[in-house]
Amino acid sequence: YMDVIDVYWGDPHSGGVKPLTFVRQVLAACIYPKLLQSDKLPVDVRQRAQSLLTACDGGSVGSYTPSGGISYIRGSVSNFISRRDGGVPSSPENIFMTSGSQRSLMLVLKLLVHNQASLPTGVLTAVPTYNYLKMMLQRLGAAIVPYYLDEEQGWAMEVEELRRALQASKGVCNPVALYVINPGNPTGHVQSRKCIEEVIRFAAEERLFLMADEVYQESVFGEGCEFVSYKKVLSEMGPPLSHTVKLASFHSASKGLMGECGLRGGYVELVNLDPTVMRYAYTIFSTDICAPVTGQLALELMANPPRPGDPSYPVYAQETQSIQAMLVHNMNWVPEVLNNIPGISCQPMMGGAFVFPRLYLPQAATEKAKVVGMQPDLWYCKRLLEEAGVCVGPGCQYGQKEGTHHIRLCVMTPVETMEQVLKRLKDFHLHFLKEFS
Amino acid sequence: MAVSLIEKYRNGCRPTNPRLPIVHIFCFSQASCSEAKCELQKRNMTENGLGHRVLNMDTMNPNVKRVEYAVRGPIVQRAMQIEKELKEGVKKPFTEVIKANIGDAHAMGQKPITFLRQVVALCAYPDLLEDDKFPEDAKNRARRILQACGGGSIGAYSASPGIEIIRQDVAKYIEKRDGGIPSNPDNIYLSTGASDAIVTMLKLLTSGEGKNRTGVMISIPQYPLYSAALAELAAVQVSYYLDEDKCWSLDVGELRRAVKVAREHCNPRALCIINPGNPTGQVQSRQCIEDVIRFAAEEHLFLMADEVYQDNVYAEGCQFHSFKKVLFEMGPEYSSVVELASFHSTSKCFMGECGFRGGYMEVVNMDPEVKLQLTKLVSVRLCPPIPGQALLDLVVNPPQPDEPSYATFIKERTANLDILAEKAKMTEQVLNTVPGIHCNPVQGAMYTFPRLSLPEKAINAAKEKGQAPDMFYCMKLLEETGICLVPGSGFGQRDGTYHFRMTILPATEKLKVVLKKIREFHKRFTEEFS
Repeated sequence: YMDVIDVYWGDPHSGGVKPLTFVRQVLAACIYPKLLQSDKLPVDVRQRAQSLLTACDGGSVGSYTPSGGISYIRGSVSNFISRRDGGVPSSPENIFMTSGSQRSLMLVLKLLVHNQASLPTGVLTAVPTYNYLKMMLQRLGAAIVPYYLDEEQGWAMEVEELRRALQASKGVCNPVALYVINPGNPTGHVQSRKCIEEVIRFAAEERLFLMADEVYQESVFGEGCEFVSYKKVLSEMGPPLSHTVKLASFHSASKGLMGECGLRGGYVELVNLDPTVMRYAYTIFSTDICAPVTGQLALELMANPPRPGDPSYPVYAQETQSIQAMLVHNMNWVPEVLNNIPGISCQPMMGGAFVFPRLYLPQAATEKAKVVGMQPDLWYCKRLLEEAGVCVGPGCQYGQKEGTHHIRLCVMTPVETMEQVLKRLKDFHLHFLKEFS
Repeated sequence: MAVSLIEKYRNGCRPTNPRLPIVHIFCFSQASCSEAKCELQKRNMTENGLGHRVLNMDTMNPNVKRVEYAVRGPIVQRAMQIEKELKEGVKKPFTEVIKANIGDAHAMGQKPITFLRQVVALCAYPDLLEDDKFPEDAKNRARRILQACGGGSIGAYSASPGIEIIRQDVAKYIEKRDGGIPSNPDNIYLSTGASDAIVTMLKLLTSGEGKNRTGVMISIPQYPLYSAALAELAAVQVSYYLDEDKCWSLDVGELRRAVKVAREHCNPRALCIINPGNPTGQVQSRQCIEDVIRFAAEEHLFLMADEVYQDNVYAEGCQFHSFKKVLFEMGPEYSSVVELASFHSTSKCFMGECGFRGGYMEVVNMDPEVKLQLTKLVSVRLCPPIPGQALLDLVVNPPQPDEPSYATFIKERTANLDILAEKAKMTEQVLNTVPGIHCNPVQGAMYTFPRLSLPEKAINAAKEKGQAPDMFYCMKLLEETGICLVPGSGFGQRDGTYHFRMTILPATEKLKVVLKKIREFHKRFTEEFS
């Protein structure tokens, strides 16, 4: 092979997806305001950049912003949330922008996790879940309380399993929070409204702080699937739950159609938090001083894209449709191809950016891996990289039921690249099976 | 890695009756826990249904309560409120809030450096590479940076320590600055502002429990990021006083006193220095830096040198000396032994690009295994913002004399630094004409930290309000003049002394007005409380 294809990271631009023109034009004009005089940039780009610069201190993106973010942008984001949720009110004061949603996650966890209490703080976390979350929890001294997603049911979340997990944690740690990621990473599962309601009810009964990571909300294209936010469902469940369940919802400019991972724009919306706790939340967020302004700008552009009638709209629509088409194509076709490879099965993908197919590795292979001292799927991935030049994530990194093996692939990748990946994977896998039959 | 911690517990120790208070430590992190019977009882209460709120003041992480960050504290929040009121048309004795509380040059009207912004704009929207209004050297820099980005886009993640060629450029910059002393790019970690790197190092350094808990030496006064981070990490703050009478200089005798006392109740492991100083503006002499290095070597302390203001040196006879340079010039007895982390940022100096959150740290003589852990630690935050990394690259790799953008670049850079020097001088002069205000020379950085004589009556009035006297003073100043400063109590000061920190950043004409208003206010204040 001539090159290494990396579908390990959820990094669309790295994989070849192009940035959205409107976003980059506005960004450039904000960074170098002389461009506001350039008639090479569409009028709406220049107007938007002007509004954003006016909202910055001293008219410069080089200034610090208030700790939660530029007021104007917090307003845009809260309007976006409200529109998305069919009118459910959202208050800018409850929105904090940070350097990527990971940072918000970390800061909210800081409020929740005691690392000097006699029992460690527990956070219910899915198996499988993405690696960074686990690292973060371990770093803070929190205990991970694992709940298993049901692979046979397309990686669905079941409340009974949540109950079991919670029960198992008694006396070992103090569970205070339940972390869900919807659409799922690495699973690609999109929760039904019914499931979300059950989870909310469970969190209310067990007095758990709900952390809803919704960074992949824009990527939902599965047949009959729809993204509905935890906040919306909570609100529609009415009092007392809608006034009492504590919720932190996370979103980001890194995923979705923009894919601007490098700009580091993320936010958290805090719902139903105690006002005194909110004051401390503000202090904790303020020790970063503020989120990078480029990230804040990216969030504003995500919250407020060009609309029909705007000069930039045709190009914007064409670009987003093209990315969407790529995703829809991959979402349907990748699991199908994987399912047709002997020894691999893949649940349908409903949304998100990844698939998490299962590998049925021959006994001889798992034994060989033991000899080498590696988890079987990690060893598989290593060989896949070395022999086929394809980089994917090993299931052991995300967690899985004992004795099962998986790999994670990012499908937010141009179709031609994906075709190459699957071809090489198939060739490698068949060869692998032969070697260990 | 796949075995969850809870499973580990199952196989390890478990109390026989989970309801009994657990005395021993279940420890996951490097920080140890301690007995907390009350904590468990409280939690049992909650579990039994008493106290319905999940996250409340009782259940919140107690370390958070100890965190304060004065630069964004109550006075700044009040200032923002007043700004809102002004916008709504509320009548005040002033028409605008002047935010002289934070070291943000652009907010106060300083213009960005053209070259820096051109290159980053080109990186953001590469179609502009076809635009002939951009100089060739800017385009070349942009192309080089984009080539180093995933998919040629600044929207891709970079490696966690930062883009490789930028780390190399930073290393070259350090070598050039330090007269050729080698710098290894592997020891350079790019960060989200210097703050990110500073907190990361403090996390790495904090461990132990009880008398063995990590102590970190920080100056009084200090930039409150340090005290906030230490509070949150539950590390022990070991304060050493700067000498106000000697222009806020650092005295090794005072360091010795502080560390001796500290050893009785904690394990001092690090010494933080800010040079040039914040809030004090003092620039350490070379001799002083050598003394500090010798002290750190003797006491086995990890040195943290915060050098974000390294270009902001104004006073005659003062010069910036990097800790690394001095360390290496002291010879292998020190240079092969003393552990050092130096920090820099794009937020200050001549460029003032705070909003980009660009920065780096260089680690020297770090244990290789610890360095592995450091690399792991920084990966949790994924990567620093790419535009900030790009901007940093231009700061360390500016236009050269033979390049088209050089003339403008040098002109803008020099102008920014010269204006700051003028304002530093003017601030010191004007404040020293006010009876009851004494201001040390602003040798460097961006702030003045003058001492206030407050009447007894004012101090009592403040106490009645439950406010620190200098907070009381600053709040009144804000309400009467719209000028927002940060009270000295937010930075630390000797008992019974009062200060405020003011930036020298407002535009010259505005700064003149600010200084005049402060003078008038101080006179009024003194009369009111005499």
